[in-house]
Amino acid sequence: MSERVLMKGNEAMAEAAIRAGCRHFFGYPITPQTEVAAYMSKKMPKIGGTYLQAESEIAAINMVLGAASAGVRAMTSSSSPGISLKTEGISYIAGSDLPCLIVNVERGGPGLGGIQPAQSDYWQATRALGHGDFHVLVFAPSTVQEVVDLVFLAYDLAEKYRMPALLLSDGLLGQMMEPVSFPDPVEKFAEKPWAANGHQNKRPHNIINSLYLKPDELERTVVERFARYAEIEAAEQRYQEYLCDDADYIIVAFGATSRVSQSAVDTLRAQGIKAGLLRPVTLWPFPKDAIRAHIPHVKSFLSVEMNMGQMVDDVRLAVEGKVPVEFFGRTGGVIPRPSEVVEAVMKVAGGDR
Amino acid sequence: MATVYKKSALLSDVPLHYCPGCTHGIIHKLVAESLEELDAGGKAVGVAPVGCSVLAYNYFTCDMVEAPHGRAPAIATGLKRALPDGMIFTYQGDGDLAAIGTAETVHAATRGENITVIFVNNAIYGMTGGQMAPTTLPGQVTQTTPYGRDVTTAGFPVRVCEMLSTLSGVAYAERVSVDTVPNIRKAKAAIKKAFETQAAKKGFSIVEVLSTCPTNWGLSPTEALEWLRQNMMPYYPLGVYQDRTANEKGVF
Amino acid sequence: MKDWNFVFAGFGGQGILFAGKVTAYAGMMEDREVSWLPSYGPEMRGGTANCSVCLSSRPIGSPLVLEPNALVVMNNPSYDKFIDTVAPGGVAVIDSALVDRKTGREDITVRYVPATRLAQENGIAKLANLIMLGALWKATGFASAEALQAAIQKVVPPSKQELVELNWKAIRIGAGG
Repeated sequence: MSERVLMKGNEAMAEAAIRAGCRHFFGYPITPQTEVAAYMSKKMPKIGGTYLQAESEIAAINMVLGAASAGVRAMTSSSSPGISLKTEGISYIAGSDLPCLIVNVERGGPGLGGIQPAQSDYWQATRALGHGDFHVLVFAPSTVQEVVDLVFLAYDLAEKYRMPALLLSDGLLGQMMEPVSFPDPVEKFAEKPWAANGHQNKRPHNIINSLYLKPDELERTVVERFARYAEIEAAEQRYQEYLCDDADYIIVAFGATSRVSQSAVDTLRAQGIKAGLLRPVTLWPFPKDAIRAHIPHVKSFLSVEMNMGQMVDDVRLAVEGKVPVEFFGRTGGVIPRPSEVVEAVMKVAGGDR
Repeated sequence: MATVYKKSALLSDVPLHYCPGCTHGIIHKLVAESLEELDAGGKAVGVAPVGCSVLAYNYFTCDMVEAPHGRAPAIATGLKRALPDGMIFTYQGDGDLAAIGTAETVHAATRGENITVIFVNNAIYGMTGGQMAPTTLPGQVTQTTPYGRDVTTAGFPVRVCEMLSTLSGVAYAERVSVDTVPNIRKAKAAIKKAFETQAAKKGFSIVEVLSTCPTNWGLSPTEALEWLRQNMMPYYPLGVYQDRTANEKGVF
Repeated sequence: MKDWNFVFAGFGGQGILFAGKVTAYAGMMEDREVSWLPSYGPEMRGGTANCSVCLSSRPIGSPLVLEPNALVVMNNPSYDKFIDTVAPGGVAVIDSALVDRKTGREDITVRYVPATRLAQENGIAKLANLIMLGALWKATGFASAEALQAAIQKVVPPSKQELVELNWKAIRIGAGG
């Protein structure tokens, strides 16, 4: 591990990617992720890597597709409207079973929306990152240190399962500075016998492809992929709990809102209300087992998000109607105040008080 | 017995899906032979488009990647940056390259991206059944220009080599045709030169190949070749539009 | 040690974000949990700039400071925006060379420091931000002198180490010698 330094989330993410072995970054300028690209443009030429400012988000994600096809650790980063443009390429990457790292430093939407922090791309990240039957791994860090740690994990799991990984950050995490230290650089990489990197006349040709014109053939590849997804759902649900064991009310929140919610939990506990926080670290696979484990003792769950209520769907699917699941959120780039979250829990507690 | 002809090892032994009389088969052969003659098959990675040649990944025996519609030059860029000594080429039709993929084409060219683009121009969307392409000629009848392409509403055809030749990143741009044996020989020389340009790291190279689509043009194969000569060649003159390969550093 | 939630606010170009960064680094030097969060977007281009800085003995929840227990302001718009947000019992340090208002609040400690004028008089015109930081340090004692000195050392790029001494001079002026 390196010495602790104070770094912006976006810059720490870029440095982490480099240490994780990324030497091919393709991007397009958009607020509030620009520091990722700026950092890459400064560092990559000095270490023999590629920083390429593409003509569009669409081109950038397809450059990632090309580099990932060759077997290297490739990356692109953007913010919400840019991610919409990338979804075509992400679908092809998923359909071609390629690993890569995609970053969304979320801002408010829909449309051009705003540039302040938001979490309104939850549905897009977990449900609709392109057309077709597929998932991507979705990681939601809540501190700058976790941004760094999850970049390494995202690359490892993307390669292990041969699928794209999305790091879902937001304007708050991207812009803020916190102390961070970096793991040692990755030096050994997984073998990629499937890569289209020139067969040197030593093996049959590799084809990176997502086209299957025969329905039964396409069905078979998709079903095989979903068998892999089932393995991931069993093995890779990640989350963190704060004072959940005896909680009557559990707030479910990820990323920036989990920090606000943690402050709220402290205030609630000081007032004698047994509140806890369950923070999903992976949004896909969603940590539904952890949520289910608390059903016997909680009176209700409260999903706190910077949107109009998106992750709450997953909480409800996990809870299966066994206890109430409520929602509180602010949207449009408004960060909820801890006091608002406290009030929301009070309201849920309602008659019990 | 002396061998007078042998199929390139860069072409696989599978039946091609192309229509009778289509010139894609000839162009595939020229690409394969050029790579083979340059001993580049082992380090070649081809990028197939969306369009009639979408299945090209099955026909070339080098490593292949199938691209989203129009994005082949971006994918080739990613490949080339990861494999600087690889021989990276795209094989694209007119809709793929000059309509939905215009931005990718123009910017790969202006970056001087060290890739080779094989551009097959047959003035129509073949795979979807004969709609207007960016290169459909004025007055040409297609499924979506049933009264002929009216330039007052549908605009003018794109001359790709002429347009790209204005860009500083283009090392070599030539338009060829595969309508006659002599022209096929010239096409082969152009394709080979494009790959040599890439091998020498001189910048972006493109060969535009005028091609036929007898099925969607509604003509017999020989009529189609004649139609190409009568109609396409005047609008899309054959020739070299850019050649910076004599410069030691190419475009850079 | 006491937990501090700071807001630093002023015009873009006054070094307000830098002053916040030195503060966060000083906290880090003492192994405390710290965060620094800037405002961002078009408002920064020639408009107001501000940042939230937290120093805490516990992991920091929301890094966005809404009720600072210490505020540093270097222009009128920032004064108007933030003076009423200071938590009762808190501290406000105001550059009286640029802010022409006086607060009527009696539940907070207010220090009027003509930092921009002092900076010009001392030939360190660009370091009014650190004079303000010195005044804040004096008023709150948010970190030890050693931590603050080490923070400056960290934040000043290696190529400009000759500025370390000037930065420290500015802090001493702000702290009153």
